[in-house]
Amino acid sequence: MAVTLLLISLLAFLAFQFIPGDPVTNLLGSDYTPERAAALRHEMGLDRNVFVRYWDWLTGFVTGDMGESYSYGMTVGQVMEGKGAVTAALSLMAWLLVIAISIPLGITLSRYQGGRLDRVFVAMNQVFMAIPPFFLGILFTYVFGLVLKLFVPGGFVRPEQDFWGFLGYLVFPALAIAIPKAAMVTKLLRSSILGQMGQDYVRTAYSRGNSRWSVLKKHVLRNALLPVVTFVAMTLADIVAGSIVVEQVFALPGLGRLLLASIGNRDYPVVQCIVVIIAFVVVFMNYLADVVTQTIDPRIRLG
Amino acid sequence: MTKRILALAMAVLMTAALFVGGGQSAFAASGSAADAAGEITVGIASDLDSSLDPHVSSSLAGTREVLFNIYEGLMKPDTQGNLIPAVAESYTVNDTADEYTFTLREGVRFHNGNEVTVGDIVYSLTRAAGLETGEPLMATLAGVKAVEATDDKTVVVTLSAPDAEFIAYTTAAVIPEGSDPADGIIGTGPFKYVSRSPQENVVIERFDDYWGEPARCAKVTFRIIDDGQAMVMALHSGAIDLAAHLDASQAAELSGLNVLEGSMNLVQALYLNNARAPFDDIRVRQALCYAIDKVMVIDLACDGHGTPLGSSMYPAFGRFFDEDLTGYYEPDMAKAMELLAEAGYSSDKPLKFTIAVVEAYTPHMNTAQAVVELLRQTGMVEAEIQPMENATWYSEAYQGRNFDATITGMDASTLTASALLGRFVSDNAKNFIGFASDDYDAAYAAAVSTTDADEQTAKFRECETILTENAANVYIQDLADFVVTQTDIQGYQFYPLYVMDMSTVCRVG
Repeated sequence: MAVTLLLISLLAFLAFQFIPGDPVTNLLGSDYTPERAAALRHEMGLDRNVFVRYWDWLTGFVTGDMGESYSYGMTVGQVMEGKGAVTAALSLMAWLLVIAISIPLGITLSRYQGGRLDRVFVAMNQVFMAIPPFFLGILFTYVFGLVLKLFVPGGFVRPEQDFWGFLGYLVFPALAIAIPKAAMVTKLLRSSILGQMGQDYVRTAYSRGNSRWSVLKKHVLRNALLPVVTFVAMTLADIVAGSIVVEQVFALPGLGRLLLASIGNRDYPVVQCIVVIIAFVVVFMNYLADVVTQTIDPRIRLG
Repeated sequence: MTKRILALAMAVLMTAALFVGGGQSAFAASGSAADAAGEITVGIASDLDSSLDPHVSSSLAGTREVLFNIYEGLMKPDTQGNLIPAVAESYTVNDTADEYTFTLREGVRFHNGNEVTVGDIVYSLTRAAGLETGEPLMATLAGVKAVEATDDKTVVVTLSAPDAEFIAYTTAAVIPEGSDPADGIIGTGPFKYVSRSPQENVVIERFDDYWGEPARCAKVTFRIIDDGQAMVMALHSGAIDLAAHLDASQAAELSGLNVLEGSMNLVQALYLNNARAPFDDIRVRQALCYAIDKVMVIDLACDGHGTPLGSSMYPAFGRFFDEDLTGYYEPDMAKAMELLAEAGYSSDKPLKFTIAVVEAYTPHMNTAQAVVELLRQTGMVEAEIQPMENATWYSEAYQGRNFDATITGMDASTLTASALLGRFVSDNAKNFIGFASDDYDAAYAAAVSTTDADEQTAKFRECETILTENAANVYIQDLADFVVTQTDIQGYQFYPLYVMDMSTVCRVG
């Protein structure tokens, strides 16, 4: 895991070498002269070898010094203050929504396989899967914000000022991220359950006098959930990525907006820090998925 | 089938809405209640620069625009384009325009409560002009030779060469002696700095001991909303009270609110790289001027809002603006084709070039599309838009000078013609189009050194004429600037500079 993170952070660091523009370009803007740029580059230590700088950053990072932001004149910690909470709350809420929507829905749909309800939902599912979150976001802002006035688009309160208000502002962004993912999970769960339902062991279970529900609960779900759990865990990574876009649409001050702005400003220290955080979430969720899978299915052993 | 799906989809969405609806209305109400006490929320499209150091001239006009409320110089600009005394009470200038004497206004206080002394002024100007380091922080003050306090309310500034425009540069901020804005933002303006949160907001508060007319609102929060659509939504919903620099289409979406139209005070043009082919050939540059009908571009790209320009000067500069230059190149396709043919281009061998545009600047992108379309009609020009990120544009096009043509807007940081015209002097570091003309250099030098106002005006106008005659760039327009406010917000004033004065804005009723 540590190796993966290390590699990702190195790649992110190197990526900046290949795109045009550096922090100096941005800081000087229209006041640029080659002399001033060279002086500033030297002052900021940007004239050193890229690997030397990476090593510097890395040693700083592991000792808890994330460096100083180029574009805000503050430490990275100060810049990130409060931003992580927004993205974390948003992602978590979206993720819980995915689970809350898709699991009951998937089970219900599999129950009525081939029925009218099922057909309608399967068709709708396709539509929802295809909608990008940013579009849903714009749609929500318009329908729920401007027409129904359920929330104030562009409004935001910090959690320390009004915690419930803060969560309230996240509901629609979270839904915008969650719906396409929920559609996918529902589809996966439905077909997974249906696949299991045709198995021999299900017939045996029925023949022992089990009701449909107890067959589902005791036998089928255990197997059917296996691929779903892995997928759900992985969606959290997607959701974090999705929140980057949705934060723009809803003007939420989270990590995503900070990341995009910092890439634009070539503010490496901030970008590095966010990239490592996101990478950590992805890697960690992967690991967690493995653990959960193993708990559900003891045949799988973690290497 | 489709209908039923749609109906179901709506039903699901509505139900979801009902679940969360209860909690929502409560906090929506509390948000607007807090605003009522003279607090105004302004939407700005990009976050401020790294340092809020007023002397480190900022690459972002958006930063200067906000800092205008916090810092003041000896003089400050007013809405009419005049310079009015601020921290100074009055000034005199000697006959050779190389010595300026300022009298300090009494009772001006810094935001930390201390009274401004001549020491603060000397420190500020010395710092900004880089007299101790030898490296001026503000290029406009590079001509300062010495700053000296002759008594406890008089400061004398000596210049190394006469400069009749110098007074406009004394808008440079006055900060407390010995202070560094990195450690605390202290000015003398009508608002004091409270806090900032990156990509979120910047908060300023009314300064009660302000020497002049106090601000009419108690607190202003600048919220950073970088997405144009989100900005429109935020105005619709009332999440923000005011937003400036909207374009015509955004303003049209917000017709129910207060829509004010001013101008951006910048020179939008198709800037041409005069230093290299194909635009090192004056015939090619002129052909483009004839082919691009400014009025049509403004109609196509900006719904007809905008002021056509013919040189690097915009109307807010009053006497320096030469209106006749706007029509110097009457749109004339035949002439354009003739010039292109002379330069060796034909429909078989068309002129090909790229136009670098920062993608995020919608008005420039729209203009670029209109320009490409008009040029296509000559049948001899194939222009291609090269959208890029701001940082890339700076490093490649502006600083690297590695571009054919670019559409952007050049604004003036001070109320001087030099702010717009200085960059086209051959050896100016900011001369990114590589324009070189001895006549221009001579006229410019004459304009900045004379103390005679009429002669100065004539010389600057000569500079503008040279730019136009040489078709240095294809000048297009001064973009329209739409400011949209909620209906209960009053007092917004346009300046001939890119600033946003919040001190006159207030909520009524």
